[in-house]
Amino acid sequence: MIGLLSRDLNLAIRAGGGFGLGLAFFLIFTALVPFGVGPETGILRIIAPGILWLGALLACLLSLDRIFQLDWEDGSLDLLATSPLPLEGVAAIKALAHWITTGLPLVALSPILGLLLNLPGPAYPWLVASLAIGTPALSAIGTFGAALTVGIKRGGLLLSLLVLPLYVPTLIFGAMAVSRGAAGLDATTPLAMLGGITLATVATLPFAAAAALRVNLR
Amino acid sequence: MQLVVEHLACARGAAQILSGVGFAVATGEALILHGPNGSGKTTLLRTLAGLTPPLDGRITCAPDAIAYAGHADGLKSSLNVAENLTFWAGVFGTHSIAPAVAAFDLTALLDRKAGELSAGQKRRLSLARLLVTGRPVWCLDEPTVSLDTANVARFAAAVQAHLADGGSAIIATHIDLGLPNARSLDITPFVAKRIRADDPFGDEAFA
Repeated sequence: MIGLLSRDLNLAIRAGGGFGLGLAFFLIFTALVPFGVGPETGILRIIAPGILWLGALLACLLSLDRIFQLDWEDGSLDLLATSPLPLEGVAAIKALAHWITTGLPLVALSPILGLLLNLPGPAYPWLVASLAIGTPALSAIGTFGAALTVGIKRGGLLLSLLVLPLYVPTLIFGAMAVSRGAAGLDATTPLAMLGGITLATVATLPFAAAAALRVNLR
Repeated sequence: MQLVVEHLACARGAAQILSGVGFAVATGEALILHGPNGSGKTTLLRTLAGLTPPLDGRITCAPDAIAYAGHADGLKSSLNVAENLTFWAGVFGTHSIAPAVAAFDLTALLDRKAGELSAGQKRRLSLARLLVTGRPVWCLDEPTVSLDTANVARFAAAVQAHLADGGSAIIATHIDLGLPNARSLDITPFVAKRIRADDPFGDEAFA
């Protein structure tokens, strides 16, 4: 299990591994928003929580199809399925590796991008906390979607269509936590909901992903 | 008997490919599967490996005994030869890659990236993986593709050593490996191509 995680992280940071793709997308997306909507700080201040969460979500979505597709193409997935590792464990490790290479850097970078969007001061701790709590759900849901579409050539479109509706609750509660924080209100309720979504997806979806992989490997 | 197969029916997707397959493989024995292209050798091996559930029949084998090697090499091109092997050794809980490296003459290539190897060298690395699995029953699908004669002999020697060590092997191949205690099985009589009776989409797909 640890071997699989370190291999996946190793592959991600080597040339062509796609590490930084989500991060660069998040950076570009947020940096371009002020040019698109105009530099009035009043408007940016209002939309910043939603934009930051939307950027993080789309950045996660961008790298989802790599989770299983590369292992499927080179035959490693067949070999992993016949190995002593349970497929549920493989799916959970893949989700964890995706979160470490995509979600975690987004959490770390988000305060800087908050500055670009003139996010109000009290919102920063909520922004970091909500992304740290919410992005594991994005990786878990995304891994399930990737497992469903693994055998499909150019499955990225179908994957996005499947996963986007499942991302909506996470987006709503995540953005709400940040905007309540920005307004100086208590945001523990949306944060608790976000935590609930993450715990539920992390606990159940690796099993669903493993079942989907078994069907797709037939 | 290390592996016993009775009345096995195998399917690939919506199509049933084989039915009534029965054979037994004893310890120290190799079974060579023959059959024309498309006759179902790969389907049979994937069913034995547990990737595809059988439609009918029984496979009797110790749990976690089968090591499968398919057409794809299953290598990561940005990892080097040693890293590729070490990863699989870790997954299968065996810790030395040295015997596998020696058996397939990979010592000189250990630091090369798998992506920079020739097709034959990749194949050798992928076959060396079988040795680090430590599993007794090998299910091999066209293992000698892109190997030259010297390396086919090296592969045959590795299979021979595996059989002498109490293992067994089921190998789909079109060439003669020169294994002394090998039996061959022609799967042509078991071919039963039809749409699966239990497939709800079968009618629509072939209408």
